[in-house]
Amino acid sequence: MTPSVVGDRRTLLRSDFPQFLRALWNGGYRVVGPTVRDGAIVLGELREEADLPIGWTERQEAGTYRLAPREDAALFGFTTGPHSWKKYLFPPRERLWTAEAEGSSFRVVPEPSDPVPYAFLGMRACDLAALQITDRVFDRAVADPGYHGRRARALRIAVVCGHAAPTCFCVSMGTGPGVGRDHDLKLTELLDGGPHRFLVEIGSSVGAAVLDRVPTRPAASADPTAAEQVVARTAAGMGRHLDPTGVRDLLLGHPDHPRWTVVAARCLGCTNCTMACPTCFCSTTEEIPDLYGDRSEKWRRWDSCFNLEFSHLHGHPVRPSGRSRYRQWLTHKLASWHDQFGSSGCVGCGRCITWCPVQIDLTEEVRAMQADPDAVQTTGAPP
Amino acid sequence: MPGPSRPRLAVWKFASCDGCQLTMLDCEDELLPIADRVEIANFHEASSAVGDGPYDISLVEGSITVPEDAARIREIRAQSRFLVTIGACATSGGIQALRNFADVEEFRRVVYARPEYLRTLATSTPIAAHVPVDAELRGCPIHKAQLLELLGAILSGRRPNLPADSVCIECKRRGNVCVLVARGTPCLGPVTHAGCGAICPAFHRGCYGCFGPSEAPVPDALLPKLEALGMRPEELERFFQTFNAAAPAFRAASESVRNRRGPP
Repeated sequence: MTPSVVGDRRTLLRSDFPQFLRALWNGGYRVVGPTVRDGAIVLGELREEADLPIGWTERQEAGTYRLAPREDAALFGFTTGPHSWKKYLFPPRERLWTAEAEGSSFRVVPEPSDPVPYAFLGMRACDLAALQITDRVFDRAVADPGYHGRRARALRIAVVCGHAAPTCFCVSMGTGPGVGRDHDLKLTELLDGGPHRFLVEIGSSVGAAVLDRVPTRPAASADPTAAEQVVARTAAGMGRHLDPTGVRDLLLGHPDHPRWTVVAARCLGCTNCTMACPTCFCSTTEEIPDLYGDRSEKWRRWDSCFNLEFSHLHGHPVRPSGRSRYRQWLTHKLASWHDQFGSSGCVGCGRCITWCPVQIDLTEEVRAMQADPDAVQTTGAPP
Repeated sequence: MPGPSRPRLAVWKFASCDGCQLTMLDCEDELLPIADRVEIANFHEASSAVGDGPYDISLVEGSITVPEDAARIREIRAQSRFLVTIGACATSGGIQALRNFADVEEFRRVVYARPEYLRTLATSTPIAAHVPVDAELRGCPIHKAQLLELLGAILSGRRPNLPADSVCIECKRRGNVCVLVARGTPCLGPVTHAGCGAICPAFHRGCYGCFGPSEAPVPDALLPKLEALGMRPEELERFFQTFNAAAPAFRAASESVRNRRGPP
């Protein structure tokens, strides 16, 4: 068989999907992807095909998510869940190094790099866009060796969304639902017009090498057309919309807009939006010494701009009110992110909308400010 | 710590169940290093050999509910270099602070055959309402990792690392799926102080707030959600009136529910 090359389009039958998984495992990858756990489709390690959410989907809206069965046996018949891929590249808790006492000084023991490469199975267009953003974030001030070590060897297997959730707005953010070039393999699950199958598009030589170990055939001419229809259908089903035109200047130009006070009254400050967001990257570090003071571990853990302590500088928090913290989050995400990293920090995945326990919806907040940008607070002074 | 001898540790009990002190003994693997680094001078749960003060570290469990204890905690403070309160009783008054919302005289008459034998205060109050406190560990009971962190911090002369943010952030770091969003299970995680490692949501249970309020809780924003999940006003009131009923933010939440629904 002639080896595949970048740009090739091949058809993988559903019945051969186990062989695709086997090719990943045999290729030495730790395969992580969607799996049903705790009443949701989360991301976890896949050890057998049955770990995939076969025949499952979800219903989500602002502040609510429910797992639901599908009427078919689709492997990827759902959208986004509570987890994002950042948990693998930028783990929630990560030991950075260990210090060991040595006489009157100490020596630093670096953290060994993780030897097993990841295969990320089931990245959506918004996830790939988020990955491009975090690549820039962790490469700016100081290159993060842990992130980049894992990222450089990770295999990105994209799956095109077959439908949009009511909380999705990737079309607004220009990140989806079509998957561009930033992937190793791209799968479109085709459930109609023939046997259950996948159109596989090869995005890199690494992806090609994996696919060459799997039985596939050149794509029938109808399959790329069917895949385009999947994208068009998903694009037409976006549940949310955000007009990004002028949002940067709108948010940065109206720090005293009364809407900040309105949303702050509803906001729990619980950090859930930032934890679910695939691009939020705030962290803090902590020392964990032993009781003897001979050894101390330096850990990094996810933190959030919604925490009071997070803005604690020279004696007091500089963002003492919930209002100032929500404003910090949204203006960073949609406005100052452009100045810092050259793009919006939002990819339109809708996770912050679904996983906010009290249904705060950033598209609604932006729309309210767009509708009346020069509104003035009439009662009470802003904190 | 200056001087040749090990710092001297004392553990004190006020109105409480002993569960927080027992967390010390639950530090099984670390117990020998602890005993190596500090002299356990006064700890009735561990040893009947009790040494006199002063003490470098006093761990105080329990709340103040009787007049004698209001005096005793002052003596302990005077003998202690670091005074650390451990657990919900010592930090907010505990479950026994439910008396603060009721008539203690009535309880005495109803519960005891000879109420005149009983001398008690009208309220259960945290230790910090009586004496200055250097650090506090939350929880019912406290978490052993936080106790070790605190002891380590005192031994090395640094500030303890005891985050005061919400249970939600611990839940998400652990990879738990939000029980409020994905199950519609009432949960106090968004307003509750971190430190437990989000144990209850990890087992599909809602947080019941045993660590008390977080650094910046907004219970008023949570109440509409809990109501939408079907909690009746009396259930909501009770939700905030457990182990930290008298913590100011939780007290305000239960009272705001009560005021809205009127007298029982």
